[in-house]
Amino acid sequence: MTALNALTIAEARDGLRRGDFSAREITDACITAIDAADALNAFVTKTPEKALAMADAADARLKAGDAPAMCGVPVGIKDLFCTEGVRAQAASDILRGFKPPYESTVTRRLWDDGAVMLGKLNMDEFAMGSSNETSAYGPVASPWRRRGDNRPLTPGGSSGGSAAAVSADLCLAATGTDTGGSIRQPAAFTGIVGLKPTYGRCSRWGVVAFASSLDQAGPMTKTVRDAAIMLQAIAGEDAKDSTSAPIPVPDFEAALTGDVRGRRIGVPKEYRLDGMPAEIEALWAKGRAMLADAGAEIVDISLPHTKYALPAYYIIAPAEASSNLARYDGVRYGLRAELQPGDDMTDLYERSRAEGFGAEVKRRVMIGAYVLSAGYYDAYYLRAQKVRTLIRRDFEQAFDAGVDAILTPATPSAAFALGEVGGDDPVAMYLNDVFTVTVNLAGLPAISVPAGMNEAGLPLGLQLIGQPWGEAALLNDACALENAAGARPRPGAWW
Amino acid sequence: MLDLAHDEPTPKVYAGLTGDWEVVIGMEVHAQIASKAKLFSGASTEFGRGPNENVSLVDAAMPGMLPVINRFCVEQAVRAGLGLKAKINLRSVFDRKNYFYPDLPQGYQISQFKHPIVGEGEVLVDMAPGVARRVRVERIHMEQDAGKSIHDLDPALSFVDLNRTGVALMEIVSRPDIRGPEEAAEYVRKLRQILRYLGACDGNMQEGSLRADVNVSVCKPGDYERFRETGDFGVLGTRCEIKNMNSMRFIQAAVDFEARRQIAILEDGGKVDQETRLYDPGKGETRSMRSKEEAHDYRYFPDPDLLPLVIEQAWVDAIEASLPELPDDKKARLIAQYGVTEYDAGVLCADRAAADFYETVAHGRDGKQAANWVINELFGRLNKQGLDIGDSPMSAAQLGGMLDLLANGDISGKIAKELFEILWSEGGDPAEIVAARGMRQVTDAGAIEAAVAQVIAENPEKAEQAKAKPSLSGWFVGQVMKATGGKANPQAVQALVKAGLGIDE
Repeated sequence: MTALNALTIAEARDGLRRGDFSAREITDACITAIDAADALNAFVTKTPEKALAMADAADARLKAGDAPAMCGVPVGIKDLFCTEGVRAQAASDILRGFKPPYESTVTRRLWDDGAVMLGKLNMDEFAMGSSNETSAYGPVASPWRRRGDNRPLTPGGSSGGSAAAVSADLCLAATGTDTGGSIRQPAAFTGIVGLKPTYGRCSRWGVVAFASSLDQAGPMTKTVRDAAIMLQAIAGEDAKDSTSAPIPVPDFEAALTGDVRGRRIGVPKEYRLDGMPAEIEALWAKGRAMLADAGAEIVDISLPHTKYALPAYYIIAPAEASSNLARYDGVRYGLRAELQPGDDMTDLYERSRAEGFGAEVKRRVMIGAYVLSAGYYDAYYLRAQKVRTLIRRDFEQAFDAGVDAILTPATPSAAFALGEVGGDDPVAMYLNDVFTVTVNLAGLPAISVPAGMNEAGLPLGLQLIGQPWGEAALLNDACALENAAGARPRPGAWW
Repeated sequence: MLDLAHDEPTPKVYAGLTGDWEVVIGMEVHAQIASKAKLFSGASTEFGRGPNENVSLVDAAMPGMLPVINRFCVEQAVRAGLGLKAKINLRSVFDRKNYFYPDLPQGYQISQFKHPIVGEGEVLVDMAPGVARRVRVERIHMEQDAGKSIHDLDPALSFVDLNRTGVALMEIVSRPDIRGPEEAAEYVRKLRQILRYLGACDGNMQEGSLRADVNVSVCKPGDYERFRETGDFGVLGTRCEIKNMNSMRFIQAAVDFEARRQIAILEDGGKVDQETRLYDPGKGETRSMRSKEEAHDYRYFPDPDLLPLVIEQAWVDAIEASLPELPDDKKARLIAQYGVTEYDAGVLCADRAAADFYETVAHGRDGKQAANWVINELFGRLNKQGLDIGDSPMSAAQLGGMLDLLANGDISGKIAKELFEILWSEGGDPAEIVAARGMRQVTDAGAIEAAVAQVIAENPEKAEQAKAKPSLSGWFVGQVMKATGGKANPQAVQALVKAGLGIDE
């Protein structure tokens, strides 16, 4: 029998309802696994006592026959989510020791359904990064290693802790957030499923903001079915978030027939990059073949403004971030620098922010302030917004032309080693987001599905992009891909 | 619209050493929207609470908190726009104005920069009967108020009170159409009056519900007309902004001081620096707010936490249909309906409750007489005692009842004043009081004739004199009034005295 911490959500749900095991037993197994995995540095705050209490409450609900799908399912929560009474630092020193007196809507919905919180997961500071190396807690080590190579690899970012924890079976699932690929890229790097819902599908209330017009929470799970179940729990309009949409939430799991006959899957030529590794090229071809074999129609499409997406993203996201992060000023909560007699208000701001923010966050705040400043606004921010409109229109035109979903690689490469990319060239790191940022700019749903392995034994992911509010159909397309790809890849435990 | 015909007032002219000068004034009025909750959070706006008692997680800018627009506040802004005959923009956008200050927890103020909810409107500023300035309003936008920083309570520490943080304001921006210190004060007075009629702002200037930033520049006669023709601000002088004025009197004094200050600089061959200034009421002067001008770059951009604000024309129409009669219309109507003078109509309409009071009194009665009593007696007394019309110890029905007694001849004007005093201090029904206290005026000719005959009989010498010199008959009238306890109808007494003395009419 599968170890309880290695269960999927669906397996746990069914077993709990049958009484095969208790929520407490699954939770115990996860706590044990977590304690044995400190080398991964995935969990930055562990809440075992809270978890066991929640598990017992879930068991009571299960016994009473009041058991939503997530009831008794132990999950990890990205440190970006505010969790009542439990440290939420966004992996930043500036929020050192911050314990919110409130619970984010997404996590509140999980707990309302009886899910169990195991603790908080590592991430890039303020979700700014693609390798988890910008975290104030230090990087996460991926549970994956290249064959014959012991160098620690990145789990990707920014939801690196979430990806590593799910991949290493420390929890059954985890929350992530995705501003430019932060769910999908780490999911692809660690062989799990990561879904970024349509912008507005999940409430952003209580999620530390990075770039408000791009941020979206989503599930990081072991299977597509689990992504459907977890999305069901966290989705829906929230009166506290004006950008959450008053759109009905369908039964996502019920849509998972695996039947994609007659679906038109677009393959955009602009995603074929110069110098893209052959293994990515091959994976993409394999994905097309798998969907075609399942009865989908593969069509070549063009998304002509794709090449402008990354620059536009790295203007818009930092612009919003520079403003969103202004509240971290040392006045009300989090870190306040020690002041000397005679220091004034400006010193308080400057020292607190200098000490509290890491280099990448500072870089983006400065970029953001620059592109919004008088004299540069039109040339950068306004122009980037125009590009954003064009990118959205590219997708609309493809969908209007009859395309149901779009298939691309999730990442331009497999996972790289910690310290390998971006040390003296931040742009090299930014290039990791090249296939994912378009989706955030257009507000679309997209999912990363593990679809194969490279020669070094590392998982690779394909991305499916859906129509707005079309998560149900998108999940079903992903289901077909998952079925064709076979059993989920599991890392060999080295930790 | 029932705008009364009016002439433009002449601009204020300052005689300088080098010739005449004129002043040009534009205003940004910050009016707190009369809402119980803040603009983007559910926190209370109640005035006078302890420090930081009206603060929500959103106001304190806790991580992950998001603004949600208060529909009631939007409605008030639309009402204000409609009240100023302005264009309502069905789509408006909230922007972030970024700057650091401890009483601005988000590090940005949410405001409307490029796309305000209300476009061009106007305020008719009454200066005298038949004289008014039509001041164009450029826009009204909604924005958050900031909190309060307190730097002088402790030598080493600063304190912050976030109670005001996030309170909804309307910023009403005028064109530079105001042409004198008095006009500036009257503009604010009129704007306040309209907003209070609408209920969109309580207009309480002591509590900071209405504050004005006043932009003042000076120019030579003719320059302003050139500006109006060309729209070129270059032909006007450099302006200074006097911040945060919360009294009409101070606005008038500050503008006057500022105009003279600028003229003195220019006549001295100097140059006016564009700057922000504060008015010191104690010294009666304005002074520069910053020693060195800090160049602020607010990095405005659309707030991504808020969708563009889209409202329906049908909603605007419904709001418009619910608007009360506004001061200009009411004034015109009172003149037409009750025959009151423009001056009296203006006084009666200063406050909606006062006008309502007057109309209740005037209904079915002599409007002019009602206006005299309401303005001269009632308002006079209320003012003397520092009371609002809502606190009046005398109701409109009581005053009306008293006017009925006067009109019927039951009481004389003199008795009416006594009755007014009784109603003011004791209350009661006017007719009952008159009956119970025997205040009814004597109109019975027989009774008066008897009193006249008696007075003449008792004063034969005076009667002879008066027959020779009819102007002396007044003495007899007084005696008869005295004899009847003031209750005799004075006209009747006069006629009967003359008849008794044999004086021809």
